[in-house]
Amino acid sequence: MMNWNLYSRGDKFFAMVVSVLIGMFTVATLYPFIYIAAVSFSSGFAAQAGKVVLTPIDATLEAYGYIITDPKFWISYRNTFIYTIGGTIMSLIFIVPCAYALSRPQLKGRRFFNLFIAFTMWFNAGLIPFFLNMRDLGLLDSMFGIILGFAVNAFNIILLRNFFESIPQSFEEAARMDGANDFQVLWKVFIPLSKPAIATITLFLIVARWNGFFWAMVLLQSEDKIPLQVFLRHTISNLSDDDEFAIVQTAAGFSAETVTAAIIVCSIIPVLIVYPFVQKYFEKGILLGGVKE
Amino acid sequence: MVDENTNAGGQPLEEALIKAREAQRRVTDGRWVRLFDHFKREWQIYAMLLPTIIWFVVFLYKPMYGLQIAFKDYSIFRGVADSPWIGWEHFQTLFANDQFIRAVRNTITISFYNLLFGFPAPIILALMFNEVMHATYKRTAQTIVYLPHFISSVIIAGIVITAFSPTAGIINTFIGWLGFDPVYFLTQPQWFRPIFVGTGIWQEAGFGSIVFLAAIAGVNPSLYESAVVDGANRWQMMWKITIPSILPTILIMLIIRIGNVMEVSFELVILLYQPSTYETADVVNTWIYRQGLQSGQYDLAAAAGLFNAVVAFVLVMTANTLSRRFSRTSLW
Repeated sequence: MMNWNLYSRGDKFFAMVVSVLIGMFTVATLYPFIYIAAVSFSSGFAAQAGKVVLTPIDATLEAYGYIITDPKFWISYRNTFIYTIGGTIMSLIFIVPCAYALSRPQLKGRRFFNLFIAFTMWFNAGLIPFFLNMRDLGLLDSMFGIILGFAVNAFNIILLRNFFESIPQSFEEAARMDGANDFQVLWKVFIPLSKPAIATITLFLIVARWNGFFWAMVLLQSEDKIPLQVFLRHTISNLSDDDEFAIVQTAAGFSAETVTAAIIVCSIIPVLIVYPFVQKYFEKGILLGGVKE
Repeated sequence: MVDENTNAGGQPLEEALIKAREAQRRVTDGRWVRLFDHFKREWQIYAMLLPTIIWFVVFLYKPMYGLQIAFKDYSIFRGVADSPWIGWEHFQTLFANDQFIRAVRNTITISFYNLLFGFPAPIILALMFNEVMHATYKRTAQTIVYLPHFISSVIIAGIVITAFSPTAGIINTFIGWLGFDPVYFLTQPQWFRPIFVGTGIWQEAGFGSIVFLAAIAGVNPSLYESAVVDGANRWQMMWKITIPSILPTILIMLIIRIGNVMEVSFELVILLYQPSTYETADVVNTWIYRQGLQSGQYDLAAAAGLFNAVVAFVLVMTANTLSRRFSRTSLW
């Protein structure tokens, strides 16, 4: 970085203008979240009339009261945790050993296996054959199907394999001297040395699972199996179509808008809590992704 | 005499042949023995690899086998293998289908707008971040603009639907203040693309800037030092040093984006479009979703998917070749 004192007056002015523009973009990024939070705490009447701009109008917790008394909300919240935790663990069980194996020079057919995995990044059969395959495997409307069927992706394997390949051999040799086998080398040498890379991949996996929507919507029919995102979608489309709801809500003090906003707030909160802790990892991680084969 | 000669020469020849065969056998035997030893010694790495390979076969390669229904009159009861072949009929149907053609056109158009407006956004943002001197201010701004990347498309759509609602939404509140009538943004086809592309920029520009910031961080500081000596200002340094230095990164990212032209984030399209906006919003994957998964025309939809996948494959391969030429390294 350059020294501020070396800046000419023109440079200082330029830096000020840029800082203001950055500030505007930041506010524009943040504002929709603030707006949604304000709507969620407003009365249904105020929200429907479009009176909410920055702060809650006629502040009330009615919308939150409506959703937290809905058992389907809690079931879907629980399911999202199951999919996120179960799915992430399942993914790591596949990805980490596979990346280790692919990083071994003595692996026979290494080129073939690399290509076999990477090919799926460039060509995939598409929605319909994937769906029909899941149906043939009996994995429709199955929580286990969601966890297993989306466990692996080529990108994460290649990312971790590249990281493993960059670990100098000398780290491994000491362990080999003590008679360690491959499982022990992976567990005691590679995994501890790769914590940042594994943390990054884990983060990507968690985010993908937490946000997963499309396939959960397509593959799951039972209401007690759907994740939060699908529940949220159902709520948004039902509330806006349901005339009966419109009559009930006005008396109750909430509206389709405030309930939708309240669910959005509830599903963002865990992300906001975890977000500051993981930020340093994803900045590194996206750069790891640029490591060449 | 001649016989003797042949005999004399023939005897050792035959022996040599037998010896050669034995040697050959020893070598091949040795190869098998060595291979056996290899697997006995290294079985663990194969055991680590095997589950994932099986997973790829079952979940990604088996569907590729199932793609043959694009050339078949698929019936659920007969299954993939036993349904009768019908050749290119589905593809003829596809290219005679106005809605499918429209979906292809919409996919390319939306991708084009994404490229035109969405691609420069993270570069401009990274260049601006590079000029911000106050470290805490910069850090805080970065933390905030990266955030939307981690928010699910359902929530993004929920926010958009709420904000653009004709009666309750904040956008129409502002329009009302200016004295205009409310606009029905989400039911009018001309508004879909601006809203969709704008949402994409809002969600991804910040996160996309990370790559370019890293490239900027890699620029040789001595270039700036000598520019200072020459009396250049920050604006000139940005145009003369920073941008040319990160040009390879820009090119590679551009090539990747072009390679992914067929990949419009259709999840967000499904969440934001409605029949009245299909005209501008319906993309190939949403068309496939409706024809296949909602109407059950699996074979026709699979044909559309195959078309999409082949085009995408060609684009990605071309992109990789191009980037190899530019950067002397491949993208993967």
